[in-house]
Amino acid sequence: MTDRRTFLAFAALPALSAQPAPAQSNRFEADIGPLIEKLTGGKPVATGRVQMTVPAFAENGQSVPVTISVAASEGAVKSLHLFAPRNPRPNIANFHFGPRSGKAAITTRIRLAGTQTLRVIALFTDGSFGSATAPVEVTASACLDMTAS
Amino acid sequence: MSVRRKWPAVIAALMAMTANAEPIRILDEIKSGREFQSREAQAQQADDFANPGMLWVERGAALWKTVDGEAGKSCASCHSAATTSMRGVAARYPAFDADGKRVLDLEARILQCRSRHQRAPAWRHESEELLAITAYVAQQSHGLPLKVAIDGGARTTFEAGQRLYTSRIGQLNLACSHCHDRQWGKKLLADTVSQGQSNGYPTYRLEWQTLGSLQRRIRACFYGVRAELPAFGADDIIALELYLAWRGEGLAIEAPAVRK
Amino acid sequence: MSNYRLSVPERVARATPFLVRLIIQHPMETGFRLDAAGAAITKNLISEIVCRLDGAEVLRMELSSGITANPLFEFYAVADKNCELVVEWQDDSGVHASARANVQVAD
Repeated sequence: MTDRRTFLAFAALPALSAQPAPAQSNRFEADIGPLIEKLTGGKPVATGRVQMTVPAFAENGQSVPVTISVAASEGAVKSLHLFAPRNPRPNIANFHFGPRSGKAAITTRIRLAGTQTLRVIALFTDGSFGSATAPVEVTASACLDMTAS
Repeated sequence: MSVRRKWPAVIAALMAMTANAEPIRILDEIKSGREFQSREAQAQQADDFANPGMLWVERGAALWKTVDGEAGKSCASCHSAATTSMRGVAARYPAFDADGKRVLDLEARILQCRSRHQRAPAWRHESEELLAITAYVAQQSHGLPLKVAIDGGARTTFEAGQRLYTSRIGQLNLACSHCHDRQWGKKLLADTVSQGQSNGYPTYRLEWQTLGSLQRRIRACFYGVRAELPAFGADDIIALELYLAWRGEGLAIEAPAVRK
Repeated sequence: MSNYRLSVPERVARATPFLVRLIIQHPMETGFRLDAAGAAITKNLISEIVCRLDGAEVLRMELSSGITANPLFEFYAVADKNCELVVEWQDDSGVHASARANVQVAD
């Protein structure tokens, strides 16, 4: 016959084993792994071969300049795919280069919903991949401005 | 002179001396809001192609030549080419209108022209059209030094603006001067407090993702200290605009500016 | 609503990539913002911009709400004869626009 203490000790075990160790995850950051897998078909993506330039510190997340480019020596680029994991729509933009492109480079301005690390994936015409990341610290105005107009 | 007659005379003399005397300037050095922007925002302002405000300026240039209203006139009908007729105008606004006996800012002047001379329906504050024409007119003064008149009819409005600027308002119980006269250059969270100068309006504010007027920005400041927002065109706002323009005397007009 | 600016160099070198700059006046309304009454402001985005040179594709951009309002784009094109650069886009509200520029190849 088990005494009450032993019973309680055993009763607690399933509860403990059901809880995984707490992960160091940011609940607000999407897992862009599946999005990238859709692009690459699960094939490995090398770091490098594509350059991404973005300011390390953005005073306003509403308009952050970003430049992405691939050196001609790396080969012909099919497309570039830009991800911002903390944005509500993490795949910010995709750029498909056509026969009259001449250079795989694009500069634009993006919106960032908070501090995060940008990721760009390059798809080459030969089926290979490249990638780059860039962390951006995003702050907001100290004084709230709720004027709709 | 007996004692009873001396002091009122002295006070009267002092008042006569100080009326229309040059008001005391608080700031030792004046800095445009541009100096408090990031490198990227400054570059964006300097590049006419990349400056989104220029899209409104172009629209304004087209509206300038568009006939509108019962009088069948465009701005150009009376003012010909804005590049000549409007040069220097924004740099001296807000200005006292002798006809209406009140101080008008640039938007109010444009709206007055529209209703009085074009007999056209009024444009809303912050409407695309009003922003476009204001940006176009202001751009004709780009680079010229801000210099407004605060004497004569403008004096009472100026003093009201000066008083409001130094009065505590809102739930945060702060006056404009607390941050923008005393703490400019210091940090508020991640922001560097600017001097709150008005030389860069209308401005493309990244926060707004659009071009906006000084009145909109002042209303946002009131929100910032949790004060009741003054209505567009209210006496308080016009008075503040005049005071700010005097306070920033000598700063080059930046139109359209880019601010965060 | 479709005010824009498109720029190409005055003269381009034959078969050498040249810079194309495009800025479009557009709110790129995300659909997440709420108005004063608390109702969501209707999403209105330019989701695709296509640039062609002499009929052949230069660049096709797929965009989302992550692109800023009144967006600027800088990219490259390459020409080997005088031709026309055309950029076309459409937004969620159905507004269709196109911008054109003449490309002059230096001899």
